[in-house]
Amino acid sequence: MNIAPNRVEIHNEWDIVRARQSGRERAKELGFGHVDQARIATAISELARNIYLYAKHGEIIISVIDGEKRGISIIAEDNGPGIRDLRKAMEDGYTTSGGLGAGLPGVKRLMDDFDIVSEEGQGTKITAKKYLR
Amino acid sequence: MEAAPVVTLINKRRSEIVVRWKEYMEERKDSSSIIDGRTIETTNDNFVDLIFDYLADNQSQDRLNNLMGRILALGWPLSYLTNGVHIFRRVVSTLIIESEMEKAVILDYFKAMEDLLDPIFNNLIEDATSTWENTVSIQKRALMELSAPLIPVMEYLAVMPLIGTIDTERAKLIMENLLEGVIAYRTEVVLIDITGVPVVDTMVAHHIIQAAEAVRLVGSECVLVGIRPEIAQTIVNLGIELGEFPTKSTLKKGIEYALELTNRAIVYKDKPSGLRL
Repeated sequence: MNIAPNRVEIHNEWDIVRARQSGRERAKELGFGHVDQARIATAISELARNIYLYAKHGEIIISVIDGEKRGISIIAEDNGPGIRDLRKAMEDGYTTSGGLGAGLPGVKRLMDDFDIVSEEGQGTKITAKKYLR
Repeated sequence: MEAAPVVTLINKRRSEIVVRWKEYMEERKDSSSIIDGRTIETTNDNFVDLIFDYLADNQSQDRLNNLMGRILALGWPLSYLTNGVHIFRRVVSTLIIESEMEKAVILDYFKAMEDLLDPIFNNLIEDATSTWENTVSIQKRALMELSAPLIPVMEYLAVMPLIGTIDTERAKLIMENLLEGVIAYRTEVVLIDITGVPVVDTMVAHHIIQAAEAVRLVGSECVLVGIRPEIAQTIVNLGIELGEFPTKSTLKKGIEYALELTNRAIVYKDKPSGLRL
């Protein structure tokens, strides 16, 4: 199966909805169950909201993993301010925006694989993957 | 006016232009179109007539607005209309080139033609977009009205059913309507039903927690109901603490709980046979 990745640019709140709808659809096509669809949609929602909240602009790239294990990959990329203290950002309850501080650690728990690269002043790239069981 | 010679040319060759224009339109016709041939024929006739009507007069802004109103009233896709104007321009250009006039004259004709047709094109786009913008803003307002209704169900008890995506604007409305309603209806318990909310992420959860906290501050209690199993799991995965905030799986259970809180219960006059309580 060779499906082109789905890119959704994030500029406003409605783009967040677009991103997670497209992720949910792709997850459904791949055969993920209800709960995993909800997990994937929620993870995309968190990542897209982070972009909107902290970097203002960025994009979400949703693609199919077609290797030994099949699954879905979500990349959230922006050229925003970056994250100063990655260790802290991954801690539950840590927030710089007055939110719940459950976003990033939450995404890590919702997905199977989680990778984050961030450079202060350069931007952030998060790759999160979920595999079919 | 400079445009005059071109207008004269266009009017003189009208029938020829119409024939060629229709041929091009036919070629570009959307093959997947569900509209039958005759409708297309009439619409094409109307459309090209409108353009000629406009050109026959001394193209004033009034006439242009009139033209736009009538074209858009045809209710055809914008792509069809812009395509029509483009093809009209192409047909007229061909006529000018074929006229074998001197180069300088041809250039003048071209310029005049552009002055003539550009406003039609620009106004078409402007008018169509402003119509859409208007429609979108009306729908947005209509959506806002449906956004977060607080429904008093019985004494001391109200329900707020939430359906669809919760964005920042809506979250604000939820908070306002909750507080206003709780005070206006002297509500003791508010059930917030999230059955229709597709995704509960940290932001949505945060807004709901804040709203519940505010309701608690004015002396009432919020109960979250309609938590679907997959939402329950994502809330747990996200590590969101709903802690002291009571939750129930369904609206029915929420109502029973709320009645209990206000020292009431559902009692049947005669227990109907076959009805499970």
